[in-house]
Parts: sequence; C-alpha cells; structure tokens
Amino acid sequence: MSELSQRTIDAIRRNEAPLLASWSANLEHSGASRDMRISHAEFDAQTREFLRLVVVGSSTGDAASLASNEWSETRAFLEKLSRSRAQLGFDSQHTASFIFSLKRPLFELLQKEYADNAEALAAQLWAVSELLDALGMHTIRTFQKSREEVIARQQEELLELSTPVVKLWDGVLALPMIGTLDSQRTQVVMESLLQRIVETGSEIAIIDITGVPTVDTLVAQHLLKTVTAIRLMGADAIISGVRPQIAQTIVHLGLDLQGIVTKANLADALALALKRSGYAVGKAG
Amino acid sequence: MTAASSGSHPVRTEQDVVLARQQVRKLAVSSGLRLVDQTKLVTAASELARNTVIYGGGGDMDWEVVEEGIRKGVRLVFRDEGPGIPDMKLAMTDGWTSGGGLGLGLTGARRLVDEFSLESAPGNGTRVTICKWS
Amino acid sequence: MDRIPILRMGEFLLVTIQVDMHDQLALALQDDLSERISRTSARGVLLDISALDIVDSFIGRMISTISGLSKIMDAETVVVGMQPAVAITLVELGLTMPGVLTALDVERGMNLLRERVQTQ
Repeated sequence: MSELSQRTIDAIRRNEAPLLASWSANLEHSGASRDMRISHAEFDAQTREFLRLVVVGSSTGDAASLASNEWSETRAFLEKLSRSRAQLGFDSQHTASFIFSLKRPLFELLQKEYADNAEALAAQLWAVSELLDALGMHTIRTFQKSREEVIARQQEELLELSTPVVKLWDGVLALPMIGTLDSQRTQVVMESLLQRIVETGSEIAIIDITGVPTVDTLVAQHLLKTVTAIRLMGADAIISGVRPQIAQTIVHLGLDLQGIVTKANLADALALALKRSGYAVGKAG
Repeated sequence: MTAASSGSHPVRTEQDVVLARQQVRKLAVSSGLRLVDQTKLVTAASELARNTVIYGGGGDMDWEVVEEGIRKGVRLVFRDEGPGIPDMKLAMTDGWTSGGGLGLGLTGARRLVDEFSLESAPGNGTRVTICKWS
Repeated sequence: MDRIPILRMGEFLLVTIQVDMHDQLALALQDDLSERISRTSARGVLLDISALDIVDSFIGRMISTISGLSKIMDAETVVVGMQPAVAITLVELGLTMPGVLTALDVERGMNLLRERVQTQ
C-alpha cells in the first residue's frame, strides 16, 4: 500500500471541520445518517473519531499494512462500529458506505491541495483510495463475522427450544421428538437429555419418536448410542412410538437393537416406567 | 485458516500424558468447544499421547489454536521418532493392537475428532494430526 | 507412589476416584482392589467416577477388568456417577462396557448392590 505524504496529512488536519461537514452531507445525501436507529450526535462522534484515527494511523508511521500496530486503534474502532451496526440490523452496504462516503470529500481536498502538482495528486489519490478501501473491507469482514455469530447463536437457541426435555413423573423424563431429525440436532438434544438425567437424578428416560417421520442411518445410530450412554450413566432408556417405516429402516440397516426396550407409544412407555419405579396405577374406588 | 497461538509439550512419560491431557483441556476451553467436544478431544489426545509414549518411545505434542471464519479449533500433532507403523491399514482396524491394549487407540481417536491424519513409515517414526472445531 | 484409597462399608468396598489418573495408578488400583476383595470377602464394590472428566480406553479397560475379576471373586461391581460427556465419548470410542453394572449415584449404587447380593 502506498503511503500518505506528510503534506496530505497536514492538509487533512487543517481542514478537519470542512471535511467532516462535507462527509456528513454525503452521508445525509445517501440517507445513511437519516436512519432513526442512530442519533445525529452519535454519527458526528463516529465521523470525528474515525477521521482522527486515520490521521493518527497514517502519521505515526507505517501505513503499509492495516495489520500493523499503528492501526490497531483504528481496527478496534471499526470492529466496534461494525458490531453495533450488525446488532442494530443494518446491512453490510450501509456499514461500508459509512467509510466510502469519505472518499469524495478527501478527493476534493487533495485536488485543491495538489493543484500545482499533478503527479503528487495522482499518487496521493491512489494512496487515499487504497487506504479507505482497505478500511472498508475490514469493516465488511468484521460485519460479516458479527452477522455469522448472531446467526450461529440463534441456531443454537432454536435447537434448544425445539425439543424440550419434560418430567413425566418423579424419576421419569421424556423427550418428545418432533420433525425431521438431522445429525446435529439429534446430538444436541441427546446431550441435553443426558444432562437433565444427572440434574434430576432420573432413572428412566423415555425417548418418544412418534413425531419423527423418518430416520437415516446416522440418526438411528445416534439414537442407539444415546441409549448406550444413558445405560453407562446408570439410568435406563425406553424408545417409544417407533413407526413401521422407522422399524423397517432400523432392521434394514442391520442395527442391533438388543437390550433396548421399545414400546408402541408414550402411554405404554410411561406405564412400564411407573411399574419399574414401583408404582401401581389403578382406578380409585 | 490462521493460527492464533501455538506451542509444544513433551510426551515422554506417563506423567506427561496426564499433563498433556490437562493442557489440551485448557486449549479446548479457550477455543470455546462445548463440554462434550472438549471431552472427546481430551480423550483422543490421551489415546494418542499414550501411543507416543508406549509405541513411539516418547515424543512431542505440538498444539495450535486455529481460526477459520467464526469457528475456532484446536489442532494437535503427536510425533515420535519410534519404529513407525509397518502396516497402516491394519493399525486403523478396530480391535487390532500390537501392545496388549484394546486396539481402540487410533481408531477410537479418529472417531472422536473432526480431522485425522496418520503419517508413518517403518523406521521413520509416526506423526498423527488431529483437529476439533467448535 | 500415591494410591487411590479403598474404603470399607460393611460388606461393600467404596472407591472414589478423584484424581486424573496416570496408567500405573490405575493398574495399582486394580491390584489393590482384588487383594482387598479377597482379604475382606467383600460382596460388592462401588466405583465412584463422578469426579472423572475423561475416561479413555485405558481407564475404561481398568473398569471392565475390575468388574470382571470381582465377579469371579463373588463380588458385584457397580460403577456410579459417570458424567454425560464421558458416557457419550466412551460410546463414540467404541467402549460400551457390556456386563458392567451402573448407577446414577452412590446411594442408588448401594441399593443396587444390596438387591444383587440378596438375590444370590
């Protein structure tokens, strides 16, 4: 990356106020600063801070690489900016145009400053352009990362919400699974079942798959592994609601269901669980 | 993929195996791995570190915390200057053992991690690389 | 060398593993335990592994061995308190420990042992 000359930096310093005014006007024009999610005062503070950081970054030396130490403060500022924009729900274009809209005011400034020297003008225009592009790209990268983090967190929350572990009786937990199971969902759900077994000291866990239309090899294997893991922990598992198609799949896959207790439906499974826990259920009177 | 930090740990004695496990646990926690994934990684590291001591005559474990986009991971390399593995296909068979173990070390470790690679030649030592992502 | 303590509770022995064991320590426990079963004519062993945050194939084999050799010496072994993450990892590793009795905690393990011993 080419460097900003001392003359350019000085020019920016001298013209801070008009630069900011022109930048704000640009932002205003693009509609970026008219959004109600960010106040005018906040916008002003951000533009001022960014311009200051660009001057500091370019003047304390090596502007060759954004990754260098001189730019760490600028990077931190942009990362914070991108994150807050991502959380407020802005798109990446908005976030990047915040920086790119500084280009025009800077170009105009350079044109005036270097009116006498076309060669220097070209070099400095290129340097400014490169610098702002790099800063803009960094913003977009950070923005993308923040968005991905938000999505990942939401996916996780959804997974946890989608299959609750419920207590049916003292010492009896049930996991009613509904919908198509993929390997990842099965894994997360099974882990939360095992965790709840420990937390509640439940000796019997019923995994009800009535609401599951089909299972593939991986999911079936996962179910079997979970049953084995539950046994290792010292509790028992009952699988209920095995549909004919799923039974066929399991047999077809040659999976070994030995030692695994299955029941036609959740009611039968609960009856068995109660019997094993020493309860007798009958009509009163 | 970039490496956020890295280091090396000696694996020469049984006590080193215990220390290596503790080191890997710390790395797994700092990389944000879920508890189950931490446990899988530490267990795989325990198997491989033991192999390094028993079959490789001691060696080292190089570790690296790696980043790729928003995911982080732990990469471990177990290397020794031991006799090497003459038959790799056989070594990757469940239940096969040359040292009186259960024969689950290599195959079991492979099932516990996201990436696994084994390089070995008779007389040239063994190098096992594993990686687990958050 | 340090050793894992074995406590006697009536006709049962209680072993609580609270340290990250290296292999020799696990082997020593195996030897100590079989010797104690024989000397005390214990009818059951409770192996509390709730403090272990990993069980690899070596420790897993030790547990299976203890269970097997205690059976030969007319004592039942119950493994109690295995953590969920440990259980999942063991299954993935391929160690399902068939024939090893398990319980959620020491109290339930003790009840299971009593039942077993009474029916014999």
